[in-house]
Amino acid sequence: MSSLVTRVRLKQIEQLIEKGKRLDERGLRDYREIKIEQGLIERAEGSARVLLGKTEVLVGVKVATGEPFPDTPNEGVQTVNAELVPLASPNFEPGPPDENSIELARVVDRGIRESKAIDTEKLCIEPGKKVFIVFVDVYVLNHDGNLIDASALAAMAALLNTKMPNYEIKDGELKIKQGYTPLPMKSHPITVTIGKVNNYLIVDPWLEEEQVMDSRISFAFNDDGNICAIQKGGSGYFTLQQILEASKIAREKAAELRKKLDW
Amino acid sequence: MPIFFEKKQLVTPGELLAEGDYLAGENTYMEGNKIYAARIGLVDTDNKKVNVVALRAFYVPKVGDIVIGAVLEVGFNGWTVDIKSPYSALLRASDVLSRPFKPQNDELSQVLNAGDLIVAKIASYDRAHDPQLTVGEPGLGKITRGQILKVTPTKIPRVIGRKGSMISMIKQETGCQIILGLNGVILVTGKTPEDEELAIEAIKKIEQESHTSGLTDRITQLLKESKGKVEENKNE
Amino acid sequence: MNEKPEKLIDKKGIRLDGRKADELRPLKLQVGVLSNADGSAYIEHGKNKILAAAFGPREMHPKHLSLPDRMVLRCRYHMAPFSVQERKSPAPSRREVELSKVIKESLEPALFLELYPRTGVDVFVEVLQADGGTRCASITAAALAIADSGVPMRDLVVACAAGKVDDTIVLDLYDAEDKLGAADVPVAFMPNLNAITLLQMDGILTPEEFEKAVNMAMDGCKKIYEMQKEALKTKYMVVKEVEE
Repeated sequence: MSSLVTRVRLKQIEQLIEKGKRLDERGLRDYREIKIEQGLIERAEGSARVLLGKTEVLVGVKVATGEPFPDTPNEGVQTVNAELVPLASPNFEPGPPDENSIELARVVDRGIRESKAIDTEKLCIEPGKKVFIVFVDVYVLNHDGNLIDASALAAMAALLNTKMPNYEIKDGELKIKQGYTPLPMKSHPITVTIGKVNNYLIVDPWLEEEQVMDSRISFAFNDDGNICAIQKGGSGYFTLQQILEASKIAREKAAELRKKLDW
Repeated sequence: MPIFFEKKQLVTPGELLAEGDYLAGENTYMEGNKIYAARIGLVDTDNKKVNVVALRAFYVPKVGDIVIGAVLEVGFNGWTVDIKSPYSALLRASDVLSRPFKPQNDELSQVLNAGDLIVAKIASYDRAHDPQLTVGEPGLGKITRGQILKVTPTKIPRVIGRKGSMISMIKQETGCQIILGLNGVILVTGKTPEDEELAIEAIKKIEQESHTSGLTDRITQLLKESKGKVEENKNE
Repeated sequence: MNEKPEKLIDKKGIRLDGRKADELRPLKLQVGVLSNADGSAYIEHGKNKILAAAFGPREMHPKHLSLPDRMVLRCRYHMAPFSVQERKSPAPSRREVELSKVIKESLEPALFLELYPRTGVDVFVEVLQADGGTRCASITAAALAIADSGVPMRDLVVACAAGKVDDTIVLDLYDAEDKLGAADVPVAFMPNLNAITLLQMDGILTPEEFEKAVNMAMDGCKKIYEMQKEALKTKYMVVKEVEE
């Protein structure tokens, strides 16, 4: 990242934003074009690809059986992992997950978990012993900014696409039967990220805006329009007023985005 | 144009110090027309300038400063020197040898080795480059004897005293040579270890009580009393 | 583990540990507790016991992590294996990696990063005992450690959480409330600049409840800030006393 380019860009981006405009000709409160495709990985129980402008995220859902956590013996297990795959950006390197991919995974996880999106109680096979584990793997294929929103949306689309194997229990043994049922879902959380560039709030920051914005804040909303997760990121700050304004914008945007999820 | 402190009040980073027609001095910063403290310290004004005398800070190199450092590493064509600063300093072989440096013949570690102490002057320094040292002036170079002590760099002016009065007195009373590195490292060289200890004790007292009044008198008293004892011991 | 009690707040509005809704746990702050660090602090916040140390600015290792135009702040939040009921593996968990990142980002706005290019400041936080709200207590202690190290700061950073327990918005959740409550909103705040530098949330809150929780957390921060300043001044007070 050459700081010379960034500085020239910063000026340009700043000046535009002050006029309510952006480099890619969007308004400050507009998302880039969003495309959602479901079920493109046949081997996975569920999958979805989201294109947010040029940002591209693929999410695969695998369902397996395993032991429940001791403190929730009657509930299935949800786990979210995120990979910033090296082919997605010159700045991504192979190797164990870094703080950015861990943060991404945990923010996506929190939105789903806190809104109780997956009905985990229906994923219990044998209390305390056997439950279904839902593995949500976020694969970032092209990084052009706002990975959080794209990943959260792709994760939801993939979960809504997920089919559970039918099963029965015979003599304490799990038997897989013919046919599938959809993964039991209770809520449809949507995450919206607002960036702050020189005290202006912008929706869906793309890569170059991310390089000049001083901080971001992501809100996840459940179906009732209540907040179920928040994450501030970046080395800047927000005033209380900015936070409240951002939450209002995010709430409206979340309702718009939810309509794009087909269920 | 309010001012929000009493003279010499102890302030912490972020405390609002003044608003309006003032200038941000040392260890303060301005945001809008407000001046805030940026370090823990004692606040004071100098005309329209608001300063915080920091009670805790580190040394930032300045060209021309005399510093005392320890050789960290013998390199290919010079030495890396720890000057108790965020940046380590470089001393080039050619500066020390005062003749063209031949890597094949000159064994640098025989001139200065890791762990050696030097008195040097900052020859150059900017944001992009680590400080470079020079020893090519009288009084600079390798330290062969004496004792070293370290104080917070912001306390050095107090050790010097008004127009050098404090340091002259310590030198005179203890008979020690004292070199004050502006990086907070001080070299004390005396005729006997007792003389050196006495000078060090005085300097430590100054560091601890640096912002108090009547300090000069208390230091004078300390030096006279201790010297009296030393004399007595000798006579016995 | 104990069964979940039916009510976390009684009819009189008193919480299980005897506090009122907007009451902080007892706090103890101490500055300059470690001699090898450039700056250090210790916090007891309820039963949380946390040490923070700051080193630097210094040359960065490995060197390629340094930046040509600014200082780099690195943070490591770590929990001691004995800090929680069930022994925690000393290897950093994903939670610790995330918390290290958000703690770093909560402190960065307080620093003049452009002042010392090519250097790094390291902040190490060790949670010796955890009782809910460790990230907030860590931030409060880490800011003190940085101030104690002599690194210039725009403001101190102080943190405190608010949340929802039963149907009430309460301040400063302890472990049981954090686990059994409905929501937790940790907030870090620069009190003089009125700037929020960390905000997270889990659980479910209506927009109105959220606003109330953030405001309550900020009020909590302001109270802790007074203690934070006091703790910092206490270490350096010796100097002043001689003067008076």
